[in-house]
Amino acid sequence: MAGLAASFGSGAMTNSIGEVEKADTIFVTGSNTTEAHPVIASKMKKAVKNGTNLIVADPRNIGLTEAADIAVTQKPGTDIALLNGLMHVIIKEELYAEEYVEERTENFADLKEAVKEYTPEKVEEITGVAAEDVIEMARTYASVDRAAIYYAMGITQHKSGTANVFAIANLAMLTGNVGKEGTGVNPLRGQNNVQGACDLGGLPNVYPGYQSVEEPELKEKFENAWGVDELSAEAGLTVVEMINKAADGELRGLYVMGENPVLSDPDQQHVEEALEAVEFLVVQDIFLTETAEFADVVLPAACFAEKDGTFTNSERRVQFVNKAVDAPGEAMTDWQIFCELAKRMGYEMDYSSAAEIMAEIAEVTPIYGGISYDRLEDEELQWPCTDQDDPGTKFLHQGEFAHGKGIFHPVEHIAPVEAADDEYSYIMMTGRMLYHFHGGSMTRRSAAVDQHEPDAYVEINVEDAKELGIEDGDRVKVASRRGEVETYARIGSIVKPGEVFMPFHYAESPANRLTNAELDPIAKIPEYKVSAVKVEKV
Amino acid sequence: MDTITVTIDGQQVEVDQQATLLDAANKLDIEIPTLCYHPDLTLHGSCRICVVEDAESGNLLASCATPVTDGMKIKTASDKVITARKMNLELLLSDHPNDCMTCEADGACELQELVYEYGVTEPSFGLMEEQKFEVKNENPFIEFDQNKCILCGKCVRVDNEVQCSGAIDFTERGFQSKVGVPFDQDLGADHSSCVFCGQCVEMCPTGALTYKPAKGLGREYELESVQTTCPYCGVGCQIELKVKDNKIVKVGSVYQEDSPNPIGETCVKGRFAYDFVDHPERLTKPLIKKDGEFEEASWDEALDYVADKLTTITEEDGGEAVAALTSARCTNEENYLLQKFMRGVVGTNSIDHCARL
Repeated sequence: MAGLAASFGSGAMTNSIGEVEKADTIFVTGSNTTEAHPVIASKMKKAVKNGTNLIVADPRNIGLTEAADIAVTQKPGTDIALLNGLMHVIIKEELYAEEYVEERTENFADLKEAVKEYTPEKVEEITGVAAEDVIEMARTYASVDRAAIYYAMGITQHKSGTANVFAIANLAMLTGNVGKEGTGVNPLRGQNNVQGACDLGGLPNVYPGYQSVEEPELKEKFENAWGVDELSAEAGLTVVEMINKAADGELRGLYVMGENPVLSDPDQQHVEEALEAVEFLVVQDIFLTETAEFADVVLPAACFAEKDGTFTNSERRVQFVNKAVDAPGEAMTDWQIFCELAKRMGYEMDYSSAAEIMAEIAEVTPIYGGISYDRLEDEELQWPCTDQDDPGTKFLHQGEFAHGKGIFHPVEHIAPVEAADDEYSYIMMTGRMLYHFHGGSMTRRSAAVDQHEPDAYVEINVEDAKELGIEDGDRVKVASRRGEVETYARIGSIVKPGEVFMPFHYAESPANRLTNAELDPIAKIPEYKVSAVKVEKV
Repeated sequence: MDTITVTIDGQQVEVDQQATLLDAANKLDIEIPTLCYHPDLTLHGSCRICVVEDAESGNLLASCATPVTDGMKIKTASDKVITARKMNLELLLSDHPNDCMTCEADGACELQELVYEYGVTEPSFGLMEEQKFEVKNENPFIEFDQNKCILCGKCVRVDNEVQCSGAIDFTERGFQSKVGVPFDQDLGADHSSCVFCGQCVEMCPTGALTYKPAKGLGREYELESVQTTCPYCGVGCQIELKVKDNKIVKVGSVYQEDSPNPIGETCVKGRFAYDFVDHPERLTKPLIKKDGEFEEASWDEALDYVADKLTTITEEDGGEAVAALTSARCTNEENYLLQKFMRGVVGTNSIDHCARL
């Protein structure tokens, strides 16, 4: 999101899910949409049936390639080269939106200079994508009126993640595909309320509504609103930094609500050491997760079906969560737990309902200023929605970017941290599969889906499997410089030779025991998508 | 757009040129039964249950598929119409098993409903006597009993037009006609492109397609429905939790214009991955670790302990010695309160979550 915020002034999906079918060309990259966002994938396939062009660029032969007009498999970690190559062709063939670039953007000259050397031939060398495919992709994307880009963690989970997003934003602005229906730069959020968690201040550098903690005026505003003497004026730690500090003994207390870093964070051993080292760990969750096992106190929470509230989806839409069943035993809603805790620490936090909390959110959060439970009863609202009369925003940056002009941030290809070598000769990617979700604490405990996909696996290409003497269903050991796991082999042609893929949902074969905690320097996202590993039959 | 005036059961109504007779009747709140029609799917016009009579010619017209023409006069409940609908129901019943008492769809079956409404007590052509097809139910999600299928094709259309999976289609001819899966396998088998979104089940007007995990857990009319937002990915699909005795029995579709999934779309997770909610491993009491082992504690004990400990740490080393992970799984309100608690009470900005992961 850092990349989008710098380019456009706002980090979120620019357009709406309903606009998928309005695009003339859809470009999907770094998103295994049919498995991670199946409902959006269906809309894409429907659009294709109605004549929309579909371009898919992903290191794996993902399901969506079947519906694509052009599908390419770039080498992992070469997205910038590919995107710069597209821009090279678009500028060379004068397919870019000259007027738009002139009026609405800054820094075009630098972009032009930066992509100059990314000729299709050079791009082929770096990415493995044929030069003529690069040209064809560029034309298909740039020659239509409405082109939309959809991406996910395949773009961001790299050391160069922020730079990758810059490249995507550059491509969209270059062709005038921001600020118009059926276009845009659309990061698909992986979790039900990851957008809301960001919007409501679940980030170390901003208060709710992306208001900087380092801005004295905003700090004062929140001190007054919350009735507290002094808020910290410094940005806090990001998740991976927290883990590092905890391991070094510099962080004494860690409070974890509904997260399972042991499975979802990179370099599992390191995370376990950190949780072991931290003096006081509180975990508030619905299950005794792998993370909760390390806790000093575990607090039982209500799940989504047992409480009222709102989630904000990938397209900035605030939607109700409604209580359907009672929570088990003495489990309480998370918000009630915080009220109780605050009281015990001498701060009165009293709310009679989730609606009342939303009323306070609206008061201090300009982008949520017009959102209330009353309105949500019969209106669909997408932020920014600043006051009671604001109908909300279906797509962002119409007429003007959030911070005035869109800024091109030219970027150069950066090689991933790890490359295949003699010892660790395969590049491993991690990601999701259709039937399970994230750390698996929910889906692994849902009988039907777990019965259908009970076992962890590693995808291996047929050719590699032959060389390694591995057959479909064999037990194999996958090892990186950080650890090793055993899992089942799934042989096929989804991954290319030299590459393997593991889903990270399975605690018994945790892919993140192998991944690299090397961070993107700006967004602090770990490089999950490129780890060098070796594979052998057990 | 130009409009057209038609008269239905003596009432005049103005509709646009593209409208069908069914649209016109709907506008007048005149109810016409349908089985194969769905507003979000292409027209099929196969069940003929929606027939109405053209007053002038006396012809029977399928109202879902007949465009309006100017000055048309339509009767929707004439003797001729009722007789025709009854006959259609009798024909459907002749190829349908008689097991309503144990059928999963009882009480929610549109065929059963119409047979009752039209008083088809002794169908002229009898009922299906021997099952023609084997029930397919090896997968854990959907039971497919082709014997109960009335070939309305709504499942085929939602699969091909909305979900775009191409998993099912009509096969065979005549009395052997059925909605088929490649190589006559089970849904989701080796050569099946079914991904268990469950939209076919939602569309099925009978008990041909039913949710396997919900089997025997409650009749549709016993279930309380609560609309909510799916707890999995960031699409935010609207779903309906169907509950009996404090247990989620199944997940239904919500058809709501302007929502992220207006045609009731969901994926297999939203549709089927809900039994974690009442899983026996759910945490039900606070736990405090003593000598390396968790012991159950009261809320007071646990909260006091957490509050004391956090107070001690912040007094000794300042708020920065504490950090929190909020959750992309919890509500906006809860995320707001956790960061308010951490920033305002504990005194730290070290708040993050797995957006980066």
